[in-house]
Amino acid sequence: MSVQLPPATEPAPGPVPPGETPGRSAKARSSRLRLTVRRFARNRLALFGLFLLVLLFLGAYGGPFLTKWDYQQHDFLNFLSSPSDDHWWGTTQGGVDLFALTMRGLQKSLIIGLLVGVISTFLAATVGAFAAYFGGWTDRVLMWLVDLLLVMPAFLIIAVLSPAFRGATWLVFVILLGAFSWMITGRVVRSMTFTLKDREFVKAAKYMGVSAPVIIFRHILPSMASMLIIDTVIQVGAAVIGESGLSYFGFGVQAPDVSLGTVIADNTTNASTYPWLFFFPAGCLVLIGVSISFIGDGLRDALDPNASGAKARPPRKKKQPKQQAAAALPAQVTASGSRPTEPGTPAGSQGAAS
Amino acid sequence: MGRYLVRRLANYLVLVVVAASLTYFLAGLSLNPRAKFEGRNPPLPASSITKTLDEYNMNPDTPILTRFGHWAEGVVHGDLGKTIEGDDVNDDFGRRVGVSTRLLLIATLIGSAGGVALGALGAIRQYRLFDRVTTLASFFVLAMPVFVIGVALKIGATALNDGTQTIKVLGEYDAQYAGQWNFDALVNRAQHMLLPALTLIILQVALYSRYQRSTMLDVLGSDFLRTARAKGLRRRKALVKHGLRTAILPIVPLLVYNIVLLFTGATFTEKTFGWHGMGELLVDSINKQDVNSVATVGLFSAILVLIAGVLSDLLYAALDPRVRVR
Repeated sequence: MSVQLPPATEPAPGPVPPGETPGRSAKARSSRLRLTVRRFARNRLALFGLFLLVLLFLGAYGGPFLTKWDYQQHDFLNFLSSPSDDHWWGTTQGGVDLFALTMRGLQKSLIIGLLVGVISTFLAATVGAFAAYFGGWTDRVLMWLVDLLLVMPAFLIIAVLSPAFRGATWLVFVILLGAFSWMITGRVVRSMTFTLKDREFVKAAKYMGVSAPVIIFRHILPSMASMLIIDTVIQVGAAVIGESGLSYFGFGVQAPDVSLGTVIADNTTNASTYPWLFFFPAGCLVLIGVSISFIGDGLRDALDPNASGAKARPPRKKKQPKQQAAAALPAQVTASGSRPTEPGTPAGSQGAAS
Repeated sequence: MGRYLVRRLANYLVLVVVAASLTYFLAGLSLNPRAKFEGRNPPLPASSITKTLDEYNMNPDTPILTRFGHWAEGVVHGDLGKTIEGDDVNDDFGRRVGVSTRLLLIATLIGSAGGVALGALGAIRQYRLFDRVTTLASFFVLAMPVFVIGVALKIGATALNDGTQTIKVLGEYDAQYAGQWNFDALVNRAQHMLLPALTLIILQVALYSRYQRSTMLDVLGSDFLRTARAKGLRRRKALVKHGLRTAILPIVPLLVYNIVLLFTGATFTEKTFGWHGMGELLVDSINKQDVNSVATVGLFSAILVLIAGVLSDLLYAALDPRVRVR
């Protein structure tokens, strides 16, 4: 039967989980996707967040074409001018158009956030799954590494290393940020892998001679896809905030490049007398954070099979569904960035820097 | 239980030593103290720079292992070395811990109590107006980097002050009150304390209330709470004594870690409002290429993680009846 089907479903040598033909699983997957999208679309806050994020992206990449000013251009007739028809968001002390500058910073902040989110989740998934799948010494060494990275003050280390990447590209900074933000998720992936590796579909693959990396990437990690997706979104938000903090002190994105953090930092001295210099870039930063947490929340509800939103919009006054939603919550906390129940975890190594 | 704790403690200690050493190596290799002296005007002769650097154990030409040996030997004997200005790191460190403690004590007390209260109330009134407003507000706060909150408060205070100096935006106290503890000096300190403390409180309330809300929701649907009501306890008493007490338990580690790590973590708050605490040292020492101070911050924050880990284990054991029985 599988011969007639298009190869799109399972192109790799990895066998299909027993009892499931490829056709069925493809159908199940697409309907699951549709269900998720439908649930997500029902969540008004999540939709609003998505709309906001799309708007920010459009603004960041399209905005510079709308204005005649460039972020490197100085308008020597207008220093510190307030928002006007000519300069929509006013100008900085050096006469740079704040709108062009902020949009440029927004581009960098968004792209750094996305990259760090993907890198850190990838690291977390790989390390956590390998540690649990092989167990023994692999597990011990990797978990010790996790503990060590959690003890090392991330902010301090990245800041100390900043002179080293001052001349280099900002991608070094991205890798450093990613390297210090995967540990807690790594632990969660590890504990989930422990339960998955004894399941039949993993054992079957193993006895058929499929190699360990293939089992991990084809069978184990896809089984926790929803958790990983949610985590990526949360990490994006955390990375944007972490990046802006480091850049604010000059330890992050370096001079010719600008990010929202450097834009805010450069204008703080004038913030009290010329508040728009602060409120426009800071507003963009906050909007990124808010939109991402709305999306993350919506995804969590949409991907969680136990969520009350799975059936219908939660009835406002009925008792029962509410309590189910309540029961589902701790699991969601577990899936999020920092979780309180895990002992030996400095909660949010980046968020700790306040 | 005892043996388990001892083993954990030993593991933590090894981690602290490794983390602190790594921080020293990174700082020693990456920072360039010589640049700090070379920029002086009038220029210093190269030989005297080298002499000073050698004296402070910061000469980048000395092999890093030798420098590390000197530093580690000093640390074992309780000497953290010299700052790049030639003062003892120990004195600076002691002063800064004092400043951070004064700032954090009140802020964390109010912040954690407020967060727990707000979160629990939000859970009890789930989906009602109060819950929606606090949830949305905390979303916004958590989406903001701390310096944004700090600077926004500063701008707000400047507008409120309207030319007067009622709310102070910079420093811990005005110079004329240095070393005094009479009524006027205390008022002056309170005026300075208001904004940085408020920054930390807002942040902590938002963070803790999220967690407290979800653990409280979990408890609200539980059987033991229904039992407590069924045996005739009033709603309020049942909620506080049986509900809240159980619901606080899971967030104890979070509270402990955050509060302890704030000692070096209040960087943005201290920098924004000009308090000379540990968090400020973290940034300033790197900008000054001050290797020994950076290493001190690294060591101190590693020890803080150790303290937080042990403290949260102990607190958990003390608070959770199930652990105590064992």
